Amino acid sequence: MKAIVCVKQVPDTSGKVAVNPDGTLDRASMLTIVNPDDMNAVEAALKLKDETGCKVVVVTMGPPPAEGMLRQLMAMGADEGVLVSAREFGGSDTFATSQILAAALNKMGLDPDDVVFCGRQAIDGDTAQVGPQIAEKLGMPQISYVADIHKEGSVIVCKRMLEDGYMMVETQTPCLLTCIKELNQPRYMSILGIKDCYTKPVTVYDYNALKDDPLIDPTTIGLKGSPTNILTSFTPPLKGVGMMLEGTGKSTTDQLVGMLAAKHVI
Amino acid sequence: MESYNSTNISEFKNVWVFCEQRGGKLMPTTLELISEGRKLADELGVDLCGLLLGKDVEGLCKELGGHGANKIYLCDSPLLETYTTDAYTKVIVDCVEEYKPEIMVFGASNIGRDLAPRCAARLHTGLCADCTHLDVDMPIYKDFLKESSTLAPEKIDGLGTALVLGEKHDVSRDLKMTRPAFGGHLMATIICPRFRPAMATVRPGVMKLSAYDEAKAVAVSVERPAFALSDSDLKTRVREVVKATRELVDLTGADVVVSVGRGIGKDVEKGIALAEELASVLGGVVGGSRAAIDSGWLPADHQVGQTGKTVHPKMYFALGISGAIQHKAGMQDSENIIAVNKNSAAPIFEIADYGICGDLFKVVPLLIESFKEEQQSK
Ligand SMILES: Cc1cc2nc3c(=O)[nH]c(=O)nc-3n(C[C@H](O)[C@H](O)[C@H](O)COP(=O)(O)OP(=O)(O)OC[C@H]3O[C@@H](n4cnc5c(N)ncnc54)[C@H](O)[C@@H]3O)c2cc1C
Ligand SMILES: Nc1ncnc2c1ncn2[C@@H]1O[C@H](COP(=O)(O)O)[C@@H](O)[C@H]1O
Repeated sequence: MKAIVCVKQVPDTSGKVAVNPDGTLDRASMLTIVNPDDMNAVEAALKLKDETGCKVVVVTMGPPPAEGMLRQLMAMGADEGVLVSAREFGGSDTFATSQILAAALNKMGLDPDDVVFCGRQAIDGDTAQVGPQIAEKLGMPQISYVADIHKEGSVIVCKRMLEDGYMMVETQTPCLLTCIKELNQPRYMSILGIKDCYTKPVTVYDYNALKDDPLIDPTTIGLKGSPTNILTSFTPPLKGVGMMLEGTGKSTTDQLVGMLAAKHVI
Repeated sequence: MESYNSTNISEFKNVWVFCEQRGGKLMPTTLELISEGRKLADELGVDLCGLLLGKDVEGLCKELGGHGANKIYLCDSPLLETYTTDAYTKVIVDCVEEYKPEIMVFGASNIGRDLAPRCAARLHTGLCADCTHLDVDMPIYKDFLKESSTLAPEKIDGLGTALVLGEKHDVSRDLKMTRPAFGGHLMATIICPRFRPAMATVRPGVMKLSAYDEAKAVAVSVERPAFALSDSDLKTRVREVVKATRELVDLTGADVVVSVGRGIGKDVEKGIALAEELASVLGGVVGGSRAAIDSGWLPADHQVGQTGKTVHPKMYFALGISGAIQHKAGMQDSENIIAVNKNSAAPIFEIADYGICGDLFKVVPLLIESFKEEQQSK
């Protein structure tokens, strides 16, 4: 049994975001972090390991420096890392990304009792599409927006959040779950984990490693295999700076209400 | 049946909306999408069709027609009563393969965002997530860019083609799907030039609802497609659906939102009470920043922002909220933003229409008084 976690390294959008003059993101000048929801996915996998003793494998598709992130997750307790990296994979949209990650999971070998974890969405694109699309390409059931997980033998039971409540959903392994932050509190790296993380194996899957999988084809991966294209990207205009009112007394609040009334807002 | 090929662009026609219902009631977003879909269908000169799945839901067709659908494809089955990824994907994919719509949109609800990617992957087509603007017509799209972007007008006027696999592609009939990326720092317009249907999920609350027209409601036609669905298609099973016991706050639909942030920390109870009072005077609802939600001061459904709700009320009050980009992403399109913050350098003032620099515990009670007096004077 394996708990496999798909993890993405993303630019940290909480600090200053650098934008190139042409409206694209200046990734080079930005710090990277582990995608926040993916930390919850890793924690869910580690919990499964605590309960069942299964192996935890963390997988990422990205440039070679993403290996550093895999080491960080191993210091938390993951056992193995897989780095999916090749020039041919660059420029992939969610369709092509899921195509490649599904092939990587095939290469790893999926067992009937495996569970694949993803984050709900990555903060760079916020699409929440890669998880369900990997599940589709592997012909696996999926449960998204997972806020609680129980294992009853080979049955996985999840609390799946809706806007107005939740559903209790069950499925059989192998299956794919997408995790939200309400699911758990990710643990910290341990001292022992940090010491061990450089001795744990990281396997690199390049184009040659995956090319025999029927999912991998020039027409289904990378920029050429992506059904979507960016037509334009732009920054929204800065809203004209509004009005700062003087003072904090009753005359100030009266003035504000007066202006809102004059504009027929109230 | 001849084989389905998502690259045979010319075989695809009409605009489809996935009509999400829960418990036999249409989700509000569905009607917003029908209204928006009507606009797109008119730009293309084609029909707008709704795809409605459920059990005993025929009664909903009229409402969909009244907001602009010409036709409803109705798939009724006990296996479709409660949403499951497997059953809904199978039926939708069957229908799309049979009728070949050129555009298909879903609400970006927790269900739409589970379902649409799975359908797009099976149909081998592109999907753009959580869109906030959709266009087909080029002049209308250019007007939108002129208003909502910092792109130079010459650059906008020059738009018309895209480089697709190294070749110039005319985008005039493509669906142009615009959405925020990187937490709202950037906007991007996505197209799906080589495959059909072009698919999008659309953020709830952003598309304008059109007026209901009884004549159109009566005229809507209903077709029941043949579909094959059996128990064995379902790999996930719903044990129960639990409604939140507490009534959830309708931030997206509210005219007035009063949000609080970490700035109420000094006296949380008082801060929430002030926000509730201001909201009740103005007939609004209370929201919060992620800091307020993470601190446990307000339940999660009150969160405004990138990972919460997107709101665009007539009045948005930001009380003790700094205005982080992720918060702004959810409220910057509000018609009137009123910020109270004791730090004059707080970024929220950069987007506020009206700012008061001061202690919210002092200012908000006065503000409530002023609003009450104004109401009495009428
Ligand atoms: C991936 C990601 C997603 C996120 N999503 C969201 C999201 O959806 N929504 C969201 O809101 N945030 C989100 N955040 C968090 C966001 O970055 C900020 O941390 C958060 O919005 C800050 O909340 P705040 O303004 O309440 O708190 P702070 O930033 O701490 O600001 C508190 C403000 O209150 C003022 N203040 C203090 N006391 C008083 C007083 N007595 N009177 C008046 N003013 C006072 C202070 O001057 C300060 O400006 C996200 C972050 C990440 C990384
Ligand atoms: N390049 C990637 N490598 C590994 N996992 C990914 C990658 N992109 C997306 N994922 C997974 O898919 C989830 C959803 O991503 P997205 O669809 O981009 O919002 C993420 O939280 C990850 O679990």
